[in-house]
Amino acid sequence: MENLVNIFVKSIFIDNMIFAYFLGMCSYLAVSKTVKTSTGLGIAVIFVLGFTVPINYLIENYLLKPGALAWAGLPDVDLSFLSFIMFIAVIASMVQLVEMIIEKFSPALYASLGIFLPLIAVNCAILGGSLFMQERQYNSIAEATSFGLGSGVGWFLAIVGIAAIREKIRYSAIPAPLRGLGITFIITGLMGIAFMSFMGIKL
Amino acid sequence: MNEKEPLFSSKNLKLITDPVGTNNPITVLVLGICSALAVTVKLEPSIVMSISVLAVMAVSNVTISLIRNLIPPRIRIIVQLVVIASMVILVDQVLKAFAYDVSKQLSVFVGLIITNCIIMGRLEAFALGNKPWPSFLDGIGNAAGYGIILIIVAFFREFLGSGTIMGWEVMDKIGLYKIGYADNGMMILPPMALITIGIIIWVQRARNKELIDVS
Repeated sequence: MENLVNIFVKSIFIDNMIFAYFLGMCSYLAVSKTVKTSTGLGIAVIFVLGFTVPINYLIENYLLKPGALAWAGLPDVDLSFLSFIMFIAVIASMVQLVEMIIEKFSPALYASLGIFLPLIAVNCAILGGSLFMQERQYNSIAEATSFGLGSGVGWFLAIVGIAAIREKIRYSAIPAPLRGLGITFIITGLMGIAFMSFMGIKL
Repeated sequence: MNEKEPLFSSKNLKLITDPVGTNNPITVLVLGICSALAVTVKLEPSIVMSISVLAVMAVSNVTISLIRNLIPPRIRIIVQLVVIASMVILVDQVLKAFAYDVSKQLSVFVGLIITNCIIMGRLEAFALGNKPWPSFLDGIGNAAGYGIILIIVAFFREFLGSGTIMGWEVMDKIGLYKIGYADNGMMILPPMALITIGIIIWVQRARNKELIDVS
């Protein structure tokens, strides 16, 4: 249990998807103009990550890893080269599902998220979550789930934070060429430096 | 395009030169930042990354453009992902076979080419509506625009952060250490990649006024 909490906290603060690995930057930069839409997108990302990472964990461990097919009497088969395509298929179908759910229950949110919902399928943070899960070899599905949820929450925090800053910064006198994209990059960099102070924590 | 139009007509050349400059995928369209930044600590992985993206992008653009009339619009995203994913698997296996060290350094980021927004974006916006040859050029142009930014960022980060270029001790050779310069360890940390790109955008927009964000 303690282990799960450690993984959760670690993936929010120390291995933050945006500040430590720059994953999901495209939608992070494009959607972070207002706090409201970015909250919606952040929640969708938590949801998708929380489901895809454990599903992909099962696929990785019972289908793809070298020797993973031992339960089917095929201990020598190594399908790991298929992992990219399997992961992305799971992600694309999960995103489709989330899209349908949001369209049904919150048409307003659906309208405001617009094109970015299908783009969650190509949000690097989602595939990155699955690939990091594969690389770090978690011991159980519970650990993988807590990693997925933690990464989602970390991404959520980052996008809501930057959206709040961008709402305020509209009233500041920034040099014209730096306005918009440029200053957002630099602020994200500064936020990243702040988040790096969590690195010293040993979990 | 009919047969009379030469392969490198000015319209086609524009497909290559535009994304490198005024329509750069990273600094103007904000696509493909995700995988770009984390590999730019050193120059060598960035170059490998750029070449991989170039290969994936050119081939998948042509493939999608060839089958564009066969894809049902509803499932096009899945079809595109499958095409890209197969290409990335090929690139990954080639890297593992011929450049194992670099492939280890790039770790998950080769896989993340699949979700590189530039590739999806160009497939959606260009390859689905154009013939194979312009799509090929468009792919090359956008990947080149991506690669150039990657290489610029990596150059500064490696030069200022570790004092080397492609592993050569350049700082040592030109004698900056003797007059009291020390490596800036900050440049190696992830946030500096973002700030470097922010500065590149600043410079580009200062030189090119029409790119300035009015909002």
